[in-house]
Amino acid sequence: MHSTPIVEMKQIDKSFAGNKVLKNVDFEVRSGEVHALMGENGAGKSTLIKVLTGIHPRDHGVIKVDGAEVDFTNPKQAEEMGISVIHQELNIIPYLTVAQNMFLGKELVYGKTGILHKKEMHQRTKESLKELGVTTIHPNDIAGDLSVGKQQMVEIARALSTKARLIVMDEPTAALTDREIYNLFRVVTELKKQGVSIIYISHRMEEIFHLCDRITILRDGQFVGCENIADTSFEAIVKMMVGRELGERFPERTHAVGDVIFEVENLKRDGLFQDVSFNVKEGEILGIAGLMGAGRSEVMEAIFGFQKKDGGTVKLLGKELHIKHPRDAVRAGIGFITEDRKAKGLVLGASIRENIALTNLRAVSKNGFISDAKEKNLVMDLIQKLQVRTTGKEQQVKSLSGGNQQKVVIAKWLGIHPRVLILDEPTRGVDVGAKKEIYTIMNELTQSGVAIMMISSELPEVLGVSDRIMVMHEGKVTGFLNRDEADQEKIMTAATGGNKHEAADPAQPH
Amino acid sequence: MKQLIQRNLIKIGPLIGLIIITIILGLLSDNFFTLNNILNLLRQVSVNALIAFGMTFVILTAGIDLSVGSLLALGSALTAGLLSSGVDPMLSMLIGLLIGLALGAVNGLIITKGKVAPFIATLATMTIFRGATLVYTGGKPITGLSDSVSFQMIGKGYVFGVPFPAVIMMIAFVILFFVLRNTVFGRQVYAVGGNEEASILSGIKTDRVKVWVYALTGMLSVLAGIIITSRLNSAQPTAGTMYELDAIAAVVIGGTSLAGGRGRIAGTLVGALIIGVIDNGLNLLNVSSFYQQIVKGGVILLAVLMDRRSE
Repeated sequence: MHSTPIVEMKQIDKSFAGNKVLKNVDFEVRSGEVHALMGENGAGKSTLIKVLTGIHPRDHGVIKVDGAEVDFTNPKQAEEMGISVIHQELNIIPYLTVAQNMFLGKELVYGKTGILHKKEMHQRTKESLKELGVTTIHPNDIAGDLSVGKQQMVEIARALSTKARLIVMDEPTAALTDREIYNLFRVVTELKKQGVSIIYISHRMEEIFHLCDRITILRDGQFVGCENIADTSFEAIVKMMVGRELGERFPERTHAVGDVIFEVENLKRDGLFQDVSFNVKEGEILGIAGLMGAGRSEVMEAIFGFQKKDGGTVKLLGKELHIKHPRDAVRAGIGFITEDRKAKGLVLGASIRENIALTNLRAVSKNGFISDAKEKNLVMDLIQKLQVRTTGKEQQVKSLSGGNQQKVVIAKWLGIHPRVLILDEPTRGVDVGAKKEIYTIMNELTQSGVAIMMISSELPEVLGVSDRIMVMHEGKVTGFLNRDEADQEKIMTAATGGNKHEAADPAQPH
Repeated sequence: MKQLIQRNLIKIGPLIGLIIITIILGLLSDNFFTLNNILNLLRQVSVNALIAFGMTFVILTAGIDLSVGSLLALGSALTAGLLSSGVDPMLSMLIGLLIGLALGAVNGLIITKGKVAPFIATLATMTIFRGATLVYTGGKPITGLSDSVSFQMIGKGYVFGVPFPAVIMMIAFVILFFVLRNTVFGRQVYAVGGNEEASILSGIKTDRVKVWVYALTGMLSVLAGIIITSRLNSAQPTAGTMYELDAIAAVVIGGTSLAGGRGRIAGTLVGALIIGVIDNGLNLLNVSSFYQQIVKGGVILLAVLMDRRSE
């Protein structure tokens, strides 16, 4: 075990406009370790990284690299000292090739001519990728055509090409398929062997236990603790993060489910999914598992009228629905909490009020005229019911944390009093405390008879929340599992089309 | 609190600008603050303001309409054609407005059903509408229009001493202000520009909203055209050339974001007034029209730069 710290941050303070976001934070990364940085949204993780790399100047404190005090004023200087950051939103220019991206801003040229030395860059790109064990990416591939996982590999290779010794990964698995996650973990393990340190920021507890050596936890801008992963537990970490006992991770589901109210038969869309048939009962949560690209979101979008379908029927309470536009679905009482809340769920620049009202314009208006009073009542009710933490209904949703944004999305759909609610990755990018709140809301909804379909790529979530689980693989339904018979292995077997040895499950703790 | 003050400052920023410009021009020219000149100014502003009101809706949906000037000319010419052939003046003008509505809707349909970018779609129809106007008029003005009071009133009349075009502008403003602020349609306009996908997924027929927005703009453009036609008692085939730029400028000066989803029609009214005041004031000061253009461009730039800073 290496023990020399590559980075030491001591007593870091940072305020924005009088608002203290970091208070006396200590943080240390040893060389060759994978160090998890955890905390709820707004706990100060990103700010700490930005202080480290010189994007934000610190107000107080000391930063040492290799024992020597440093004072970065921009990320370039940090990069020169071997510290690279791979952001959640990747820094890839989609129209350029892999090699062009690799050498962006530091192109190799013949002497001082400014003429590009393409052959050399091509060769070095190939070598860097090979070092990572990635052989499926070619230097001449257009970066934008690559999957997110491969783009991330290009970024990692780029970081290494600048002789990075510490790589910060911010939610690296958020947009990856299971197989890509598996691949990423392999690369991280390889980097570790080579003595590279990783700061790993994630909300996914399973990953942290699987991958990391130590963990530092922040809460409200303060250092709470630093533990060896081997010496701590899921519950202990959650408690440190939220500052209280959270109790069971998933709320208990006790009520009985009713009769079938929602039926989908032989739904198909050429090239995307076929023969999709399932039903959901009153008060039931149907979990929908599968690898990314299995067609789960596409099926839901087709049901909802957002994508076209080539065949099949959808019935609510025995009556066939002819949904051609999301409006028809909304009027039939179907709500859809989409996967990508920023792109598809919210009008980011608008207020909480406007966002919640968006699905409820009919309810708060008469003959096309909006009633301010009705709108206010509806919005305030929902804000209170879901405990959205906000300065008021006029706050821009842009400035809310991930968990609270998700609550606004849920609020806008609760307003229509849905009979059926579709949730696509409802807790992605949401911290542990807010996750539990979202599960509780789902629970309460089913108690009042709402039928829920939940797509999730997090197996523990699917297992913990669902009454029944439908698994999809390459556009087909490959299995249904009841709550009591389901386990990760069975789901992964069905999700990979039955070939058990293909089941790559990196989230499985060992 | 600080945020609140800041937000409200942004809201009234253009208004403060208007007041400052007005005071400066008033100090520089003795004729500026005469009743006659103010009324004259309001009449001059009304044409641009009406088009800019429509443009505000279009830009709020993250679109743009370059065809307004050509549509103004085409609508005017067709209305004038009806008038000169003896059709009832009220009916002629109504038909003219409906043609504006329909041709505006065509813009909207090309953009939504044809999935053509608004800039390109209206660039094309701008040329087509202008060409159609020239074909219809043979390139010559249409004169010998109606002597009827109703038609003459539109451009030349007064209500309690206020020029009739200014009255039309104020009525249109009040209605459209209310539409944006208090109706479902208005809310949908903002939503479509703010995030189209989220709007569709919330059950809003965004295509329908867009078609109506362009139709509304088409109709307002022809209304502006009828005012000009009445005032000149003739329809000019080159009427409205480059008007789209003044309209867009008024919207932008008024603080509406070209990215859509953010802005106010009150700002547009102020923006149109700012442009009008500059034109009028510099004319009174006998500043050459060459310099006027530089000043106007400078004001647009300044407005946008200030808007950026407040982001």
